[in-house]
Amino acid sequence: MQKITRDALIEKASALLSEGKVNRVLGWKKGEFSYDLTPTVFTDIEQMKKEFVFDDFSGANFSKYLTKETKKGDGKVLVFLKPCDSYSFNQLLTEHRFDREKVYAVGIPCDGMIDISALKAVVGDGIVAVNTDTDTVKVETLYDGVKEVNKQEVLLERCKNCKSKKIVAYDELIGENGEVIDNNRFDEVAKLEKMTADERFAFWQNELSRCIRCNACRDVCPACTCEKCVFGNPNSGVENKAASNSFEEKLFHIIRAFHVAGRCTDCGECSRVCPQNIPLHLLNRKFIKDINEFYGEYQAGEEVGSRAPLVNYTKEDLEPSEAVNRGDE
Amino acid sequence: MRKISLSNLDKLFAKVSEQAKLYVPVDGKNGIASFKLWEDGVVMSNALNTTRSAKDFFFPQTENLMEFKSQGKNIEIIDTRTEKEDFVIFGVRACDVKSFEILDRVFLSEPVDTYYASRREKGVIVSLACGRPAETCFCKTFGIDPASPEGDITAWKTETDLYLKANTEKGEKLLASLNELTEEGCEQAVEEQKKNISAIMDKLPLKDLKTDKFGVGKTQEYFNSPAWDELSSHCLGCGTCTFVCPTCQCYDVKDFNTGSGVKRFRCWDSCMYSDFTLMAHGNSRNSQKERFRQRFMHKLVYYPDNNDGMFSCVGCGRCLAKCPISMNIVKVMKTLGGKEND
Amino acid sequence: MTNETLIPKLGVITDIRIDTPDIKTFRVVSPEGKKLFEHRPGQCAMVSIPGVGEAMFSITSSPTNTEYMEFSIKKCGCLTTWLHQAEVGQNVTVRGPYGNPFPVDDVFVGKDLLFVAGGVGLAPLRSVINYCRHYRDRYGKIDIVYGSRSKDDLLDYQEIINEWSTDAGVNVHLTIDREQEGWDGHVGFVPTYVKELGFEPNKTAVLCGPPIMIKFTLQGLSELGFNREQVYTTLELRMKCGVGKCGRCNVGNKYVCKDGPVFRMDQLDALPDEY
Repeated sequence: MQKITRDALIEKASALLSEGKVNRVLGWKKGEFSYDLTPTVFTDIEQMKKEFVFDDFSGANFSKYLTKETKKGDGKVLVFLKPCDSYSFNQLLTEHRFDREKVYAVGIPCDGMIDISALKAVVGDGIVAVNTDTDTVKVETLYDGVKEVNKQEVLLERCKNCKSKKIVAYDELIGENGEVIDNNRFDEVAKLEKMTADERFAFWQNELSRCIRCNACRDVCPACTCEKCVFGNPNSGVENKAASNSFEEKLFHIIRAFHVAGRCTDCGECSRVCPQNIPLHLLNRKFIKDINEFYGEYQAGEEVGSRAPLVNYTKEDLEPSEAVNRGDE
Repeated sequence: MRKISLSNLDKLFAKVSEQAKLYVPVDGKNGIASFKLWEDGVVMSNALNTTRSAKDFFFPQTENLMEFKSQGKNIEIIDTRTEKEDFVIFGVRACDVKSFEILDRVFLSEPVDTYYASRREKGVIVSLACGRPAETCFCKTFGIDPASPEGDITAWKTETDLYLKANTEKGEKLLASLNELTEEGCEQAVEEQKKNISAIMDKLPLKDLKTDKFGVGKTQEYFNSPAWDELSSHCLGCGTCTFVCPTCQCYDVKDFNTGSGVKRFRCWDSCMYSDFTLMAHGNSRNSQKERFRQRFMHKLVYYPDNNDGMFSCVGCGRCLAKCPISMNIVKVMKTLGGKEND
Repeated sequence: MTNETLIPKLGVITDIRIDTPDIKTFRVVSPEGKKLFEHRPGQCAMVSIPGVGEAMFSITSSPTNTEYMEFSIKKCGCLTTWLHQAEVGQNVTVRGPYGNPFPVDDVFVGKDLLFVAGGVGLAPLRSVINYCRHYRDRYGKIDIVYGSRSKDDLLDYQEIINEWSTDAGVNVHLTIDREQEGWDGHVGFVPTYVKELGFEPNKTAVLCGPPIMIKFTLQGLSELGFNREQVYTTLELRMKCGVGKCGRCNVGNKYVCKDGPVFRMDQLDALPDEY
């Protein structure tokens, strides 16, 4: 696959800005180190040349940012969509979360993003520079000189189990579009399903006990765009804060998983941002797997306006009792 | 100065455990280190720091404050405070040790918070010098020396040995109780390590970050800065920075109906949350920009204003590592402080 | 075990007075029938119904009252709605006193005092007005300008008419927003009325009311020649601890619960505009 460079994106942005097709650009801004990019809106091409970055750490999915950004002023905003971002983009459109007319989407191929905590787990602390040469990540460190790591080993979980290289939403593409790919993303779910109920409970108890209830998973999730979250309702008694007992964390994550069921595109942002590295995507993937098995293959965000099985009754639908029984197996 | 061979570390831990609950940093799944109760077989982590800070020991994420029972018009107030047990935290880094002083100034100032105070009283802190600081470290900016952390006892770990030096009465008592296991150690190995650490500190990418432009009396200078708009523009409004921060101490007090009564508990709160200042008739910080500004103004200006110029940041770098959008106090300082701070 | 400020005292509501359609005044004593604690005029307390909520309220009774304390509470959120349905005999929890008082024993002494309040804004001023009336000879002339939406919305109306208005050297100027049957007093907004009354700028003024009233009254007072060093007000923000630790009620480096709620206008001017 051809490598998309930062320069190609700047060139595209520059053209679109000068043609007046867009008046601002959502992009990743360089940080203090080689991996801490911050989402930013660029309005000026000179600023972009100085600060815009597209590399193996441009993981942030900008689709959700469009819900706010499109409400700001006139003109179109340019957004770069990686394949998985484009599914979120479509899903948000399906839910009428932003005005498509206010966006100019440029699809960009992606060969996987690096998980900085996975990289640190391999090379340790003291990273001063990271450069990727196709499949080899060269990491310059304070303590051990330059270390070489196989990029595949340090990808984000969602990239290791990439579900699609196909960009499903764009006004134009840079490079060539890819295809939906075979993947093993349900393997971990299948392992959990094979556990006994007690083992599974223990697994989640252990994972969720680390939750610090920072709400980052919710706040970054493109499927969580409620104006007011039920967990932000001061009358709910469970708003935003820590749990009053150990069960409450599970309540938060399980309710959230239920709420995004059928709408979650499996973009993996929840697990990417979790400061405690809780594999939150597994909860959502269980729903996706069940939906696939119960109602036929369905990928949220594949097309705008698709009727998700959970909100689309057909006579062939599985009887609820049957679903319950299968869930119990 | 006492020393013990690293191969005998378990014996040392066992001996400490006989006297008090001992907590050590332990590696978890996915690179998350956290303090865990030591028991036989528990291996101390080599990670530079725990994901959650050591503030949890004194200011836990949630704690019960009291209970109430109501019947008709009557209310009964039940003081559920209990005598705390002695405990030892081993392996606290210089930044986190310093954070205790910052928290002390809040919780131990009049009127003293007895929940916090009773834990502080019972806790013995064994700090550990940082052999390999990370690129995200900037404790030096706040005058902290990772080669000589404070605490009741300071420890240095070399290739082969652990060196221990008591700094307080509590520390001396604990160290004396371990005399059977330890031997007299010479300063030289420790001095060597201090020198190495100092050399590394000069190589860290954030070594030149300065606080000069912040501190007492800077409210007017920065409060209306136009820079806040962009700095905060993509803040998710989550609580990650707040909760991993060793110095963030804002809390909420909430009631939980247990069915048979009411449990009043305290939990961490975040000024980044929209309901932090929400009242029945309005909100004094309506936008994420205002909430974002509050967090950094508090650390860089308001807290120093009220605490003899001391900043409410210890440069541990947790927010640098954990913010979902990689926005953090370093970027704020460099943006507000202008070029010279870069 | 040592005293913990977060653990409240038990109180009993012994009287509930309906002041206006949405404000009630609650009288609270200890289970033994005594006053719960002493306070200074302007200070506040955290009142709670466990399981419903806890919130900061001005202590509206004067410190000179030796028998009980009172809270005038407007129905507005969860806790206040609950309290409005409560009956005499209901237990509540109370902790305090919190915050700084009005400088009644130094700055105010010997001065002519001007109190300006709007709506429920009279509540925090009631304790200081009654304190000054109690030690009447320590202070100069007292003027009270008080306005509300209608006659029915005037807080402490009976006390104002029967006690304050009859005191020597105390002038009460009442106003309501709109004409109303049975009202032959002044009609108009508080800030305008203050200007119409045209006070000499040798007084110390105390303002409390909605932000818009404060803003325009300040403008009016400034036109009359008042300095901002002569004007006091009291703030209200969300509070949880009451002792400057939970971190939410700050304006700049000042905590309203601890460094306030009483601020002089020039002190507020030095703080960021975030209240």
